[in-house]
Amino acid sequence: MPLRVASLVKRFGALTAVDGISLGLRSGECLGWLGPNGAGKSTLIRSIVGRVMPDSGSISVFGAPAGSTAARDVLGWIPQELALYARLTCSENLASFGRYHGLSGAALDQAVSRCLDWATLTDRAGELVKNLSGGMKRRLNMAAGMIHAPKLVLMDEPTVGVDPQSRNNIFEMIEKLRDEGMSIIYTTHYMEEAERLCDRIAIVDHGKVIALGTDAELVANAVGTRSQVIARFAAADDRVASWVAERGGRLVDGAAEFTVERPSEIAGLLDGASKAGFELIDVALHRPNLESVFLHLTGRALRE
Amino acid sequence: MMISAIVRTAVASLRRDRAALALSFILPVVFFSIFAVIFGGRGGASPKVKLIVVDEDHSRASEQIVKGLQAETTLSIRTRPAAVKGVEQPEYTAASAEAAVKDGDVPLAVIVPKGFGENPISFGPRDPSRPSIQLLKDPSDMIASEMVTGLLQKVGMTSMPDVMAEQGTKNLERYAGALTKEQRERMDAGLKYLREHPDAGSTVMGGNGGQLIPVTARSVVGENHPDMISFYAAAIGVMFLLFTTSGAAGAMLDEAESGTLDRVLSSRVTMTSLMLGKMAFNSLLAFTQLVVMFLWGWAVFKLDFWAHIPGFIVMGVCTAVAVAAFGMLLASTCTTRAQLGALSTLIILVMSSIGGSMFPRFLMPEAMQKAGLLTINAWAIDGFTKIFWRDEPVSHLWPQVGVLLGIAVVLFAVARRLARRWEFA
Repeated sequence: MPLRVASLVKRFGALTAVDGISLGLRSGECLGWLGPNGAGKSTLIRSIVGRVMPDSGSISVFGAPAGSTAARDVLGWIPQELALYARLTCSENLASFGRYHGLSGAALDQAVSRCLDWATLTDRAGELVKNLSGGMKRRLNMAAGMIHAPKLVLMDEPTVGVDPQSRNNIFEMIEKLRDEGMSIIYTTHYMEEAERLCDRIAIVDHGKVIALGTDAELVANAVGTRSQVIARFAAADDRVASWVAERGGRLVDGAAEFTVERPSEIAGLLDGASKAGFELIDVALHRPNLESVFLHLTGRALRE
Repeated sequence: MMISAIVRTAVASLRRDRAALALSFILPVVFFSIFAVIFGGRGGASPKVKLIVVDEDHSRASEQIVKGLQAETTLSIRTRPAAVKGVEQPEYTAASAEAAVKDGDVPLAVIVPKGFGENPISFGPRDPSRPSIQLLKDPSDMIASEMVTGLLQKVGMTSMPDVMAEQGTKNLERYAGALTKEQRERMDAGLKYLREHPDAGSTVMGGNGGQLIPVTARSVVGENHPDMISFYAAAIGVMFLLFTTSGAAGAMLDEAESGTLDRVLSSRVTMTSLMLGKMAFNSLLAFTQLVVMFLWGWAVFKLDFWAHIPGFIVMGVCTAVAVAAFGMLLASTCTTRAQLGALSTLIILVMSSIGGSMFPRFLMPEAMQKAGLLTINAWAIDGFTKIFWRDEPVSHLWPQVGVLLGIAVVLFAVARRLARRWEFA
């Protein structure tokens, strides 16, 4: 197994950043860690890299303890910060990190050109990092973590502060890795990223994994499969309230809320409202998603 | 109203910028105090001139001269080397005194030669065949030799009145008498000589025209060096080396802040190898800086660089390694660049002032000269002076080499210990 974390605890003074987390990563899997800022995602990642000493628990990377040379050699880490040498060029940066991982000669040259190609920065190889755009720096930051061809990659919010176009480029880079069978841990507080990229998702809050499964499993287990319909009418009087209650809904802040199993049920609801003489202003359908799961499990929105 | 708003904001900002506060208030006070102690003679501790006195004559006059010199409060007289393991050493000879000046143990030695007592006072033109007091000097301390020459005259005047009187009578008989024809001729000859040789003071009278006690001064080191270029190359060089390496070591702080340090330490690189790598680079940088400085001294100021290459390499490497370790320690002590800037400026300027980078240490009070030995500057400057000024062999550099390498090892070890905060959270 690429990664196994058992009963991991890490405290910083009075704060328990990681509170007894246990989980495993399957070979070739992309496991998402979804949680708000301060949930303990980065501490968990840094513990795996060996940069944080846990208070208790254990971590093994392909059977080797975290922080050991064997673990470092198979682990690629893409930190949240742009951990690059600003005054070096793209290829000089990659070569430096390659040397730090023990590469040299032709193997190093090959690794540099492979990573430049993966990050679509080949034509910028000689450009100083400080002259690159934000998106390019992000891509180079990712490439630097892959220079030694690791077997497990830890990506700590690699799209922070990136424009939508660059974000797409980054997604394509990650999808390419997935297609090649790379085992990936991907932390994010963007639900859409977890849904798009991850095979399984662990929802992390206050240093604990509060739910783990595929996107569909999490939604089904936490909030079921029923969608939410919200309709607004010109009037929100007692007549509307009693009509809504009759159909199993409720009136919240002047809007009628119903849950439906299938979207086709919306037509019947709207037809009934029309016959009752209520003037419809707008209607919205909310399918349950990870945001709903998080809200359901914690009582808070993901990005509060 | 607007002005007071801006002042309030600036005050609030300054209060939280400890580095700027330190530079604004602590540094000037510390610096002022150092200068005050050195030049203000605080505590009555103005430096005594160290002087070796060798009495080869053992006459009444020579003993009086020695006694007179010993009575001078501004002089610290030695007649024999310090006891070794409680065993008293034999008195200095002219040769061992000269060696001591050459080695920089003392800036001056006074040799009272055999036969001096027969004719200690010289009125009128000097007879070159008469033995005169030898003043062996290290010209790097220009003040000391002038001072001792003057003091010898004073001692002559005050310590041996009988000799003065006797000599005066002799001279009166010799030059005045009844002013016979012969006397007139002698007087005329003397006056004629002085008229024809207006600089007779420096050529015949031993350096100070009109000396009663004949003194011949001789530089025993630095004869081939017109000035003290090597001293300044080393003194200024070391100070800037300290600034350079502190700045370069500060790259660790930038890397820690940007996360690069974390990334590096997640590779095969350990903290020890990272720090040794940085230290090697900083040492190389410092050594290159010294090479440039001394080459410039050779090209522009005629510093005799090429004749001293082995000594330069030994001292250059040791100095570079020591300053690099100092930079590493400062960087690992500080948490921000601003802190490093303030702390390094404070420490380097203080070290440079008491360590002899700004003015020679022999000008300082005794206690401050000793305090200077706690600085890298003093040991480095002493080493370079040994090579370029005293032309000493490389083997004589062992105290400087030992101390500088020792400093490097200790500072690096402490820096490594402090760097543990970057290692793991």
